[in-house]
Amino acid sequence: MSNQFKLEIVNPEKSFLLKDDVTEAVIPAYEGEMGILKDHISLISFLKPGLIKIFSKGVEEKFFVEDGIVEFKDNNLTILTSSISNINDMKKDRIDTILKEAEKNSQDKEISDQQKYLADQKIEVLKSIN
Amino acid sequence: MASLDDLKKRITSVKSTQKITKAMKMVAASKLRRAQESAERGRPYSDKMNNIIVNLSNSITDKDNSPKLLVGSGEDKVHLCVVMTSDRGLCGGFNTNIIKKAKTFFQKIIDEGKTLKIITVGSKGYDQLKRVYKDNIIERISFKESKNVNYFDANKVGIIIIDKFEKKEFDVCTIFYNQFKNVITQIPLDQQIIPLKASETKSSSSEDNYEFEPEEDEILSNLLPKNISTQIFKAMLENSASEQGSRMTAMDNATRNAGEMVDKLTIQYNRSRQAAITKELIEIISGAESL
Repeated sequence: MSNQFKLEIVNPEKSFLLKDDVTEAVIPAYEGEMGILKDHISLISFLKPGLIKIFSKGVEEKFFVEDGIVEFKDNNLTILTSSISNINDMKKDRIDTILKEAEKNSQDKEISDQQKYLADQKIEVLKSIN
Repeated sequence: MASLDDLKKRITSVKSTQKITKAMKMVAASKLRRAQESAERGRPYSDKMNNIIVNLSNSITDKDNSPKLLVGSGEDKVHLCVVMTSDRGLCGGFNTNIIKKAKTFFQKIIDEGKTLKIITVGSKGYDQLKRVYKDNIIERISFKESKNVNYFDANKVGIIIIDKFEKKEFDVCTIFYNQFKNVITQIPLDQQIIPLKASETKSSSSEDNYEFEPEEDEILSNLLPKNISTQIFKAMLENSASEQGSRMTAMDNATRNAGEMVDKLTIQYNRSRQAAITKELIEIISGAESL
């Protein structure tokens, strides 16, 4: 109990995941990956495309997110995201579709540097899953 | 007085209407359950989002440079009203209630000499508003094709609104929708989303010192557009639950009224049949007596 904190992942349709025995969470924060342990300082940040890793009872779970907002306060970690899926549930062809779309976006000349950066990030992460 | 045949026809026609309303009630009831569930599941997201924004805006010290979506354009001349209604009728006072609420607001804005712009979401709202406010409606959106309320649609509306705000087409944005309280009661609401009204500021949270990554204003300017889509999504969810609830109540009433009507007509039918028989008997008896 001593080193556990609460985690809630919410997406617009429903509460995606609720756990109260998380020992560590690694989130792809905007300026780099961030590990969160109990009694972390209050924090607000947002996510870039990447993997959320959650450790509870020695088991690791991985989720793919495209964007989102993170708030940590009083040992409650809240992740708001409009696109999240468990890696184990992601079929290969679905990964490929997202990957292709991201690659197309990345080639697009119209987009801003920030968008290109995010698209490249997405490609990188998706390739690592594959 | 109508003949027996006519009465019979009327009874059958009312009965078949009753069957239709009954079926619609059943359909609405099952849809309501689903809509209600998704409305309730959607609440945490928008609540949490709101919380984070309140926390963020509290910790911003430099109010003058904060994003325009939060503090507004500094003026109050052009109002944009997003009226959210259903795409289908036969749902009692659902649409009328929203329109009524919106119209009072419109009148107030016009009386104050401000410019009014309207976006209608859902075709029924457009149908009711076009007569009076045809020139004010700048956009009409309808999601007839999508079966369920989804975030993607809400995002589309959000993008349109933000786009117009950035082009400085309006100063204040208000959305109108029905909040689902229970099956019988739906409350028409107006909610101002631009500039954001710092609603229910909790004094306890304001003292927290957050670590921000990246800077506060950067997070805010990223978060606020999302919040607008989220608020619209919430409104759409509440609306769809309200629509089904309202339709269920309306159809329940209609079924009951049809039942009453059938009863009344049946009595009338039986009476006139009896009257005809009695008349014939009297004729026969008086004919026999005169012999």
